[in-house]
Amino acid sequence: MRTTLRLGGGAGFAGDRLDAPVHLAEHGALDYLVLECLAERTIALAQLRKRNDLAAGFDARLTERVESLLPILARRRFRLVSNFGAANPLGAAEAIVAIAKRLDLPVKVAAVTGDDVLDALDLDAPAMETGLPLSHYGPIVSANAYLGAEALLPALASGADIVVTGRVADPSLFVAPLMHEFGWTAEDVDRLARGTAVGHLLECAGQLCGGYFADPGRKDISGMANLGFPFADVNADGDATLGKVAGTGGRITVATATEQLLYEVIDPHGYLTPDVTADFSAVTLTETGRDRIAVRGARGRARPAQLKVSVGYLAGYVGEGEIGYAGVNAVARARLAADILRERLDGRFAELRIDLIGSTSLHGRALDDLERPYEVRLRVAGRATSRAEAAIVGDEVEALYTNGPAGGGGTRKLVTEQVGIVSTLIDRSRVKPGVTVREWSPHAEVV
Amino acid sequence: MPKLYDLAHCRAGDKGDTSILSLVAYRAGDYPLLVERVTIKAVAQHLSGIVKGDIRRFELPQLGALQFVCHHALNGGVTTSLALDAHGKSLSSALLEMDVS
Repeated sequence: MRTTLRLGGGAGFAGDRLDAPVHLAEHGALDYLVLECLAERTIALAQLRKRNDLAAGFDARLTERVESLLPILARRRFRLVSNFGAANPLGAAEAIVAIAKRLDLPVKVAAVTGDDVLDALDLDAPAMETGLPLSHYGPIVSANAYLGAEALLPALASGADIVVTGRVADPSLFVAPLMHEFGWTAEDVDRLARGTAVGHLLECAGQLCGGYFADPGRKDISGMANLGFPFADVNADGDATLGKVAGTGGRITVATATEQLLYEVIDPHGYLTPDVTADFSAVTLTETGRDRIAVRGARGRARPAQLKVSVGYLAGYVGEGEIGYAGVNAVARARLAADILRERLDGRFAELRIDLIGSTSLHGRALDDLERPYEVRLRVAGRATSRAEAAIVGDEVEALYTNGPAGGGGTRKLVTEQVGIVSTLIDRSRVKPGVTVREWSPHAEVV
Repeated sequence: MPKLYDLAHCRAGDKGDTSILSLVAYRAGDYPLLVERVTIKAVAQHLSGIVKGDIRRFELPQLGALQFVCHHALNGGVTTSLALDAHGKSLSSALLEMDVS
């Protein structure tokens, strides 16, 4: 049995950089490369794409990702685990096999299914955010349970080079290889908690290495244009050392690791995943070398009885418009423009929001006491039930060119379809994970 | 007037309509000062109008960090908010503007 396993974090979200995981795969001496590609809303949007095209519905950049990584995987023999199957893990597996054929490389892919619980959804169940029944939201387009690491074990046992999933709790993507290689069970709660801490530290990739951290003069990070992605060397007890490939940009320090360990954690004493209830409060982070941080001390308790389900629903359309003003009276002219639009659009939208970008758009007011900005952009956003209605917002902003305050310039307008997300809980017994294996080899074709 | 900016760094995360602000002391020796000055009440006052619900604070001495879990802080929730920064990513900077004299 292996004594140490090296896991790499190769994507922090669907839109993440494609070059960093390639470099990590080539130079990182990895055992596993994990790509986390599903934000809360990603799967609902993928479900909408699948409605229009049954073969679609997986990560829009899956092809680019697999094309760049498969040749390295074939040489270096690491395994790839990713939730980039999104709303269609089976379709993703077929697409990966097609890529392997095109590249003339052997591949074995295991698709993990069962997260899609739309048919089993109880519409009377309350949304966790509001307590309102799910039937209050609609139309519902997706419902995906957060599968745990156990759901990936048959896929890993199949010997697949690539494990592709839909919704799986992010840290579980990292915990699964640890369970598989070290033989951990659901009862090994402390080990699972330590593995979960490692997964949580790696799941946002660059965010461990100085990304979303740098602040010139206070938290300086060099080489950010070539920010390296992280890996962790994990032993059979779940103790780990974080690192990145020498020569890549960014830094891993106690400070970057502390920010990432606590990132999005609602309760540091009880971080809930399908695998374990993890307590991060006693975690220690110790620098053991340049860009090397030892992680110790996470503790675990029994996993939650139920699984969380992410429910996507159509929430109408949002129309946006922007226009800029500059110079001595910029803010006053932007405010005049805002007043004009408020009067013209009053009562026509379910919700209307007007902000001054450069002044109050992010926090509603300035939290410092600095002088006025040189330039400011007016931004208007309105919620509508149709695309045509939403478009009125941008059109009205654009009309300020000739009907509004002096010197307005640089208008932009945009309409987007909104997909909302609420969460609910489902009994584990109602979620049935499955695995489907697809395989292709150039030699098989020759014979 | 000293700002929180000089003592600590911060990262914002989001879950639904909840903003999670991780405040980390630059120097371990400043952690007790953060515990004393950056109270729930002080944060609620500083972020009034932004955080509309309860705030919960976790003390994490081992990490030199305070974790603030701010409810009803993201205009109803990331996925349907009309705000420009729907995730509240920039709220970390808002917190660090707090006076800690």
